[in-house]
Amino acid sequence: MRRNQVAVVGAAETTKLGVIPDMSQIQLHADAALNAIADAGLKLSDIDGVATAVETPQQIAHYLGITPTWVDGTSVGGCSFMLHVRHAAAAIEAGLCKTVLITHAESGKSMIGKQPRSTPADSLNGQFEAPFGVYGPPSMFPIPVLRYMKTHGITHEQIAMVAVVQREWAAKNPRATMKDPITVEDVLNSRMIAYPFRLLQCCLVTDGGGALILTSADRAKDFPLKPVYILGIGESVESPMVSQMETFNSSRAFKVAGPLAFKEAGIAHKDVDHLMIYDAFAHLPLFGLGDLGFMPHEETGKFIADGNTRPGGKLPLNTNGGGLSYMHSGMYGMYALQESVRQMRGIAPAQVKDAKISVCHGVGGMFAASGTIIFTNEK
Amino acid sequence: MAEAQRARPKPTPETQHFWDGTQAGELRLQRCDACDHVYFPPRPFCPSCASRKVSIFKSSGKGKLYSYVINHRPAAPGFTPPYAIAVVELDEGPRMMTNIVDCPQTPEALELDMKLEVKFEKLDDKITLPLFHPAKG
Repeated sequence: MRRNQVAVVGAAETTKLGVIPDMSQIQLHADAALNAIADAGLKLSDIDGVATAVETPQQIAHYLGITPTWVDGTSVGGCSFMLHVRHAAAAIEAGLCKTVLITHAESGKSMIGKQPRSTPADSLNGQFEAPFGVYGPPSMFPIPVLRYMKTHGITHEQIAMVAVVQREWAAKNPRATMKDPITVEDVLNSRMIAYPFRLLQCCLVTDGGGALILTSADRAKDFPLKPVYILGIGESVESPMVSQMETFNSSRAFKVAGPLAFKEAGIAHKDVDHLMIYDAFAHLPLFGLGDLGFMPHEETGKFIADGNTRPGGKLPLNTNGGGLSYMHSGMYGMYALQESVRQMRGIAPAQVKDAKISVCHGVGGMFAASGTIIFTNEK
Repeated sequence: MAEAQRARPKPTPETQHFWDGTQAGELRLQRCDACDHVYFPPRPFCPSCASRKVSIFKSSGKGKLYSYVINHRPAAPGFTPPYAIAVVELDEGPRMMTNIVDCPQTPEALELDMKLEVKFEKLDDKITLPLFHPAKG
């Protein structure tokens, strides 16, 4: 990919976030898509590329009334939308389509028009993980944490601070689900979910969605809002079985995707003004800071506990409040992307002053997949 | 009403030898004849060098506790919380998910790197699960 050849020209979330009992999952997709199309000042007929996950591109295209010449149904968990951005950028550059709509939505709380996730008994996960009592992400995603803490000397209090700091960001965001301040003691005294993690270290479960519209940079200047350019992108996958990760001391998928994006962007870590690291659970920002190369893993816990990522800190992280406090419908990557775009447009509720480069890092299917997007508002 | 049952694995042609092994009281791994790589989960080729010449062998059944969670909620069907979901690192190298039995399900009792040994638990006439307990002595 060449730098800054493709831009985000439309971005929106569903009209409501949180508990939305009056919309099915596919309608949440449509609500987000229509909002993004309006944001870009486009007509439905302008869209010739469609990407989505869980729901299929044919479902979304037909429901909206779009006839695409390019689709992508990559569905690798919560970072699928980061991968869609990469694939869409390549497709636009290759001339396969001109204007791509990427949608996410999930009726994660109300469960309307949503198939429950299932693990076939003859899949590898069904044979070699399910029989041992894993039951949903809270029982799987934190399995590496104790090893990570022991190897890198990270404390329970430091990981609790991830939730505390993100609540500080959420307090600035009228659309955040949880806004009341919390302390380390609150986190460490909240209900136990899966030791070492307690309720306030686990993401919310909500309804909602979001959509992005991408086009070539040379067309982007004609759109109503300031384009947000794609400076660098990376993706990778590891294993759908958390027990089979190469190591619990880092994520291989992070370590491949992140550096690819930085290399393509041609930037150094000190150039990053704003950072999003998908936080389904409180350990993920630590893994992200280490594996993306911001600092050694040993320093990540102290870096957050010392306040470097809080409002006013030197590396603003998860400025919408994150999956822990903003919202989390099940596949949070789209909301991280939306916040990066808002920050680059200069319209975020907790706007980072003069931010020019935003890194948005996603994870999917526990540590199965990863995508990193580096955005800029300068060409 | 019948009690909710623990998720039951369904073997495939590529994994049948593993589940036959646990029924026979053996924890079976695979080793590549070409590059000596030992691997899990089962497959009829080496994920390191792609050779299809691989052998099945009996693991020592010994390993150490690599990491775990103690799950409180939601509990999987057939489990009474709190229960530990663990990953054991076998002496031969591969890691696998398991449960730790004959041991309190507490952070104090479950120390990372503690030595473990396999213990087979019969689920029904066709499936026996490889669980682990603290090594004796």
